[in-house]
Amino acid sequence: MLTAFGDPAVWLPVAFAGLMGLAILVYVVLDGYDLGVGMLLAGVGEADRDRMIAAIGPFWDANETWLVLAVGLLLVAFPLAHGVILGALYLPVAVMLIGLIVRGVAFEFRAKVRPERKAAWDWAFFAGSLATALAQGCMLGLYVMGLEITPATVAFSALTAVCLAAGYVFIGACWLIIKTDGDLQRRSVRWARRCLVFIALGLGSVSVASPLVSPRIFEKWFSLPEIVLLAPLPIASVVTIGLLWIALKNLPDHQDRWAWLPFFGAVTVFALAFTGLAYSFYPYVVPDRLTIYDAASAPESLLIILIGALLVVPVIITYSLIAYRIFRGKATVLRYD
Amino acid sequence: MELDPVLLARVQFAANITFHILFPTITIALGWILLFFKLSYNRSDDLKWMDAYHFWVKIFALSFALGVVSGITMSFQFGTNWPGFMERVGNIAGPLLAYEILTAFFLEAVFLGIMLFGFRRVSNRVHTLATVLVAVGTTLSAFWILVLNSWMHTPVGFEMRDGVAHATDWLAIVFNPSMPYRLTHMLLASGLTAAFLIAGVSSYRWLRGDRSPSVMAALRTGVVLAAILIPAQIVVGDLHGLNTLEHQPQKIAAIEANWQTRPAVPLVLFALPDEQARSNAFEVAIPYGASLILTHDPNGVVPGLDAFEGSHPPVAPVFFAFRVMVGIGITMLLLSWAGGWVLWRRGDLTPWLARAFVGMTFAGWGATIAGWYVTEIGRQPWLVSGVLRTAEAASAVPAPFIGLSLALYLVVYAVLLAAYVSVIFHLARKAGDAVVRLPKAAPSPSVPSMVAAE
Ligand code: HDD
Ligand code: HEM
Ligand code: HEM
Repeated sequence: MLTAFGDPAVWLPVAFAGLMGLAILVYVVLDGYDLGVGMLLAGVGEADRDRMIAAIGPFWDANETWLVLAVGLLLVAFPLAHGVILGALYLPVAVMLIGLIVRGVAFEFRAKVRPERKAAWDWAFFAGSLATALAQGCMLGLYVMGLEITPATVAFSALTAVCLAAGYVFIGACWLIIKTDGDLQRRSVRWARRCLVFIALGLGSVSVASPLVSPRIFEKWFSLPEIVLLAPLPIASVVTIGLLWIALKNLPDHQDRWAWLPFFGAVTVFALAFTGLAYSFYPYVVPDRLTIYDAASAPESLLIILIGALLVVPVIITYSLIAYRIFRGKATVLRYD
Repeated sequence: MELDPVLLARVQFAANITFHILFPTITIALGWILLFFKLSYNRSDDLKWMDAYHFWVKIFALSFALGVVSGITMSFQFGTNWPGFMERVGNIAGPLLAYEILTAFFLEAVFLGIMLFGFRRVSNRVHTLATVLVAVGTTLSAFWILVLNSWMHTPVGFEMRDGVAHATDWLAIVFNPSMPYRLTHMLLASGLTAAFLIAGVSSYRWLRGDRSPSVMAALRTGVVLAAILIPAQIVVGDLHGLNTLEHQPQKIAAIEANWQTRPAVPLVLFALPDEQARSNAFEVAIPYGASLILTHDPNGVVPGLDAFEGSHPPVAPVFFAFRVMVGIGITMLLLSWAGGWVLWRRGDLTPWLARAFVGMTFAGWGATIAGWYVTEIGRQPWLVSGVLRTAEAASAVPAPFIGLSLALYLVVYAVLLAAYVSVIFHLARKAGDAVVRLPKAAPSPSVPSMVAAE
């Protein structure tokens, strides 16, 4: 089995890099929408907050588990890289963890404390979501910049922090378009439309800034034939954003048949941006320092994990889909009975 | 003052895992207890079980959320605080952690949503199944992580190549010598923690005059469960100690504060161990006791700390933590049997017993944490016994970074812990007030404790 696909020291790291990329992308989409909803809480009254939180309540825990899987895969498949990356990103990681803690427990506390304390936990919910999103964006920026700390990379990571947070708000609003109706749905459409502008600006400025700040990325993007092979990515992004703009102008539609469309478009934009990023790094897992081959665990151990993953991941996906089916439809207020 | 990054990293790790373990300890067993409430309802159609379920499922949800978010912190800790750990033993720790994520975390996280909010959306049978799967998931989490932790205490089934551990026998790794003892002891600890939590909160409601059938049913469940589990825990704890004597004799020497290898060792009940003088002050001891317990022979020879000079753990923390655990264990035995007896004879509690149970609400936490401190500090200076020293695994993150994040974590933990405890008692009061306000004749299942959005 080990040699069935050629040299295991080559194909196993690639397989795990793929698996990890998938976990990160799924995480960013899924927890992205519930962090986004968390940030949107700031702008609404209490009744709407209950509905918005009901729209993510049954899902958030499972969504967050994809982060555990992504970090877990980094830890178990590329232990050397795990130490280097998390050591370099120590402070933003700490901020993110505290944000996740505050956000996660606020779900429960807001519904159980004395009524006069509820508003404070709603505020904590918002602040935790915001801190998490900004910290993740900052980590992304520093990672793209090769984990070096200079004024330019810090400025760049501030930009990515704001952009990622806007991206999460956008996908959160798109989720609310699916899960709500009436006035809240109309407002969600408006939020999504406003964020779309930021997304377009953000994607554009990150695409311009990355090659300018990092010569390595410049070289990877602007040489032949890469530039031709890569061209479909930005083109597809521009087209999707254009279509999203048109869709958001016309929503909500009469019979609510197209409510899922913006979310679907948002996922496409996220996936395209992610593919571009992944391309810029391959085969490095720590930019310019460690390739996935140098950082990988022993093949025998990776194989054991891979077998488990191949057996279990389809099962996880199946029961996750079942859960989404059970909780389909417009969100009503959550009840434990 | 110079801040030592290794020390800070250790304190931070200890703070985070201490906070984490509080909540899984509750949820592992509470999941099964909820299943028991649910099945009792399915069987008897008696609404008191459903009321008990609805009250405790809220506390379960709250504990679970705290367990999950602190667990996520844990999974980043390996990289941020102990990079050397995965470099040296990642080939073994990696698959175990991966299997925990794949088989346990997703299972519990997905079905938790259905268990908590799906009551009206799925059939009763599917809802019961979701409850089972959540309970199985939490127990599987405990299984995998304890396999890893036990392997770190008693590593087998591997070989070192170029300073890196490579697995040679996975069965031996999973069923390593201390795993069965540690797993059983931990699962029983979880059962006891949940049992005393239920008994304590129910007694609190009882004292406030809220003696509805559902409160009494939960109270009885908690007390009886505690009374059954605690003798088992003491026996298993003793076996665990014997197993440790075989594999980590220096830990037992520290637990007993026994400085010399000799026959007829007394059992030290209390002392102030003095590491400088290598002897005990103010010793109160039972002659022959330790030899009798550890070798089943009053004149048996027990290895002492002199056999491990320079490589044994710090004595005082291990010694005292062990006595805290056993002290709580004995108190649990006395109280749960007294409570069980009185409940059985009179069919009701007495105010004094109820107050004692309220006082012991979080006793399980105390014993569990003390037990873990015995285990983990007793392993020092090793991180993986005989393979990797703690100091070798520490990260090079600058001390101020660790100090800053540690301070943040501690503040957040203190606030959350206070909020958790106060919310539990708030929920207990609220459920009681609602019951009192309601006419006796209308105990519909959707009464007080489960009003919307809680
Ligand atoms: C409710 C919790 C609880 C209670 C009442 C007890 N324990 Fe315990 N003990 C634990 C919860 C615990 C624990 C938290 O679960 C530990 C830490 C690691 C482990 O495997 O179990 C532990 C560890 C632990 C160890 C260290 C094992 C090692 O790592 O070498 C020993 C020797 C004992 N226990 C023995 C006892 C005895 C003789 C008890 C009799 C009263 C007892 N425990 C009560
Ligand atoms: C089963 C999973 C666990 C694993 C894999 C694990 C692993 C570790 C590691 C890597 C260390 C670092 C060594 C050190 O700091 O000295 C440690 C220390 C420690 N752990 Fe655990 N641990 C586990 C469970 C627990 C639990 C549940 C508790 C407490 C409730 C705990 C309490 C401690 C304490 C207090 C230390 C510090 C000991 C010291 O530094 O002297 N551990 N453990
Ligand atoms: C170093 C050690 C540990 C790590 C890295 C770790 C990691 C995690 C993570 C990431 C989660 C969240 C899972 C989710 O998203 O659903 C979690 C939850 C959980 N952990 Fe830990 N954990 C550790 C120690 C322990 C110990 C010692 C136990 C118990 C014996 C334990 C039992 C659980 C359980 C039962 C859950 C489910 C959530 C809950 O009930 O609170 N873990 N852990």
